[in-house]
Amino acid sequence: MAMPAAEIEALIRAALPGATVEIEALVDDGDHYRARVAAPAFAGKSRIQQHKMVYEALGGRMGGELHALQLVTSVPN
Amino acid sequence: MTEANERISKIVNDHDVVLFMKGTPLFPQCGFSNRAIAILDHCGVAFESVDVLQDMEIRQGIKTFSEWPTIPQLYVKGEFVGGSDIMMEMYEAGELQELLTEKQVARVS
Repeated sequence: MAMPAAEIEALIRAALPGATVEIEALVDDGDHYRARVAAPAFAGKSRIQQHKMVYEALGGRMGGELHALQLVTSVPN
Repeated sequence: MTEANERISKIVNDHDVVLFMKGTPLFPQCGFSNRAIAILDHCGVAFESVDVLQDMEIRQGIKTFSEWPTIPQLYVKGEFVGGSDIMMEMYEAGELQELLTEKQVARVS
């Protein structure tokens, strides 16, 4: 039930080209993270759509294998 | 429409503000649900809460209903607003308070 930060980052980068991804562990258990994702693909999307794009990048692991990912999304300047 | 979908649809249409959460407002069972409750308390609105831990059908069904993989989930006037991260971002930007006012949601008296 744990997932290394590098794997999360790689999945997000692969799905959202040009994205800046910062991941920080909230608790050191491989299961609770905070991620900031800035991606050009977020332009013109609602917050819900932006978060869904990140969840899709994680391919169904969110809410299962990965319990807690606090997420902040933005469009790069 | 599945039975779970029908039940969820009725819940979100019967109440102005509904939070699907783990645990209860007094005893949240997850940090994210706790954060969602704190935000709603700060907004001072009356809301209905549904403890998904007590209802497996809703716990699974809500994820399909909104196409959103996690709990908590906030609904205002039947519309999915987001999870706790989006609630926090909106609250900090003053947008959640605006939405609740705009939708004429009842305040806690």
